[in-house]
Amino acid sequence: MDTLFNASSFTGYVYPNETIIPWTVLIVVYPYLTGLVAGAFTVSSLYQVFGFERLRPVAHFALLVSLCCMVVVPLPLLLHLGHPERAFNAMITPHTTSAFAVFAYAAAFYVILLLLETWFVFRPHIVHEAQQRTGLLGLFYRVLSLGSYDLSEKAMRYDRKWIFALAIIGIPGAHGLHGYVGFVFGSLKSREWWSSDLMPAIFLFSAIISGTALLVVLYVISCKLRRVTVDLACLKGMAYTLWGFMMFTLLLEGVEFASLVYRAREGIDVIMEFVKGPLVVPFFILQFGVGSVLPICVLSFLIWRGTSGNRLVTAVFASAFLVLLAVLMMRWNVVIGGQEISKTGKGLLAYYPPIIDREGLLAAGIVLITPFILLLGMVRLFWPWEEHTTSEYAVAG
Amino acid sequence: MEGDKMAEDVQSQKHEQERRDFLSRCLGGAIACGAAAVTAGSAMSQATAATPETSGGTVPAIPGYDWSKHHWAFGVDATKCIGCLRCVEACKKENNVNADAHHFRTWVERYVYLEGEDNPHVDSQHDPVNIEASGSEGEYRFANRYGDEKVEKAFFVPKLCNHCTHPACVQVCPTGATYKTEDGVVVIDHTYCIGCQYCVQACPYGARFFDERRHVTDKCTWCYHRITKGLQPACVEVCPTGARIFGDRADKQSTISQFIQNNRVYVLKPETGNAPNVFYVGTDKDVT
Repeated sequence: MDTLFNASSFTGYVYPNETIIPWTVLIVVYPYLTGLVAGAFTVSSLYQVFGFERLRPVAHFALLVSLCCMVVVPLPLLLHLGHPERAFNAMITPHTTSAFAVFAYAAAFYVILLLLETWFVFRPHIVHEAQQRTGLLGLFYRVLSLGSYDLSEKAMRYDRKWIFALAIIGIPGAHGLHGYVGFVFGSLKSREWWSSDLMPAIFLFSAIISGTALLVVLYVISCKLRRVTVDLACLKGMAYTLWGFMMFTLLLEGVEFASLVYRAREGIDVIMEFVKGPLVVPFFILQFGVGSVLPICVLSFLIWRGTSGNRLVTAVFASAFLVLLAVLMMRWNVVIGGQEISKTGKGLLAYYPPIIDREGLLAAGIVLITPFILLLGMVRLFWPWEEHTTSEYAVAG
Repeated sequence: MEGDKMAEDVQSQKHEQERRDFLSRCLGGAIACGAAAVTAGSAMSQATAATPETSGGTVPAIPGYDWSKHHWAFGVDATKCIGCLRCVEACKKENNVNADAHHFRTWVERYVYLEGEDNPHVDSQHDPVNIEASGSEGEYRFANRYGDEKVEKAFFVPKLCNHCTHPACVQVCPTGATYKTEDGVVVIDHTYCIGCQYCVQACPYGARFFDERRHVTDKCTWCYHRITKGLQPACVEVCPTGARIFGDRADKQSTISQFIQNNRVYVLKPETGNAPNVFYVGTDKDVT
């Protein structure tokens, strides 16, 4: 029997059935990935919809990042389910009062939207490759072109209209999807740590900063790999976006935490014991200190001093990396933290994920890496960078 | 298990009908706006969660049993509980619950107030000290852990699923695998449960657990396979002091109706709005 589950140790009094943490590290990865999807899409939309020209170099790449993360989002959920083969039950007979029942529909809708927008954005590239290449790859592009090789100005105008419309629909789509993930947690009245009206907003804003930070990191890495200089205006644009949304995120998290402590409802003693004990390193040091305050200070300093050149690239890259860590810790602290506080209000549990297990650290790591392996392939198939595109088939957006 | 089988039969008919209804709606063109409809439906249902969650209409094929004629409820007289844990043992055996310290359809809590202390010491049979005293996770005993310390007040509180009128677990189940029967029992169709454990999270009472052997959620059913044959739940049957009371509220003369009528009864965590159907006598302010 012992190999079937991973029981947690506890202090104080916890209900007997609480000793096995229901939602594991995989459910930490799940909102993290959806967050990256929403964040990357936001950056893309800032260019496609709101005309933030300086974000143009990463706009198409952002779409690919969003798509690669999105197709992996169901994976941690399926790995977690006791009966993944029954997952479609939630679609066949959706129980309409359940926040979870919406997921499959919302996710499917958003994947279709992303695929459509990506297709329109990369259509000139697809057409160009379909005409140039032969063999299997040529066939692949010809199938993808859906038989339309028209790249006339009129056709491009038509495409741009679609891209614009899809990007507009995608904003509430992506943000709704992630806000809903926050709702899955925030709407549960059984856990004081989760039960907050601010949870969807916190999830959303942290999603935007994680997606933006991911784009900064990937963009800088890709520039190094491609041996091209980093577009500083673009990097600054992303740094400003990061800074602005981080301020909102920190404010919301602060207000939420302050409300929880100030309301001081039943069980607050044990919550404070948790906050002052097991939460010190993952929350105060990693999420708040190293992952939030430090990057904000660095970014503020860069903006204030007008830093440029390599120092700017290094500092923004490092800040973005720390933000990625902070958001991962935020997901951990919400998902795992909420379950480490007993529903009795009288005890605490300690969750240590196994390394090799269906729901272990290795599995979570593989799930987290998968989108980037996909991305490696996708950027080869759909080149998102401008320096290789020709004026004949470049979409002005 | 027979109780589970019943829940599955009833539910499979229901799911079949739902599947047909749903597919015909989809064919009608509803699939295009499916996501929006489900989202809106969900929001509306959340807003109107005050109405009882029942399976609605599908009558179970249990010979000689009409679920519309019963309204089951449970009573606990904590003043009578002696913490012998026979109920826990009987439940585990009757319902084939995992024989370890992490899976319980019912359990008993011990509250001990030591002299000079404001907060009680609370434990249950799953506490390592109690397991050490019993010698095994499959044996249940309360250890004499307070020794010579002066005890000001102490009592036991049996716990189980509250079969709430507005069950949060049913509300969050994405497939409808867990549902409330017409006679007031919250059951799970183990053949339809996807094992997401959202219901485990939603239950404020810790009454649900994940059965790793079958990869589905499990919980107390008030021994549905017994009560629909006129028998008592196993825990009630074996309780030597009558601390556990079970019966039909549709019958005004039943033990449970009399228990509720003649006592000032309490429910656990009433602030959740779940409206539990396990009624307590003799608990204390610290019991949650």
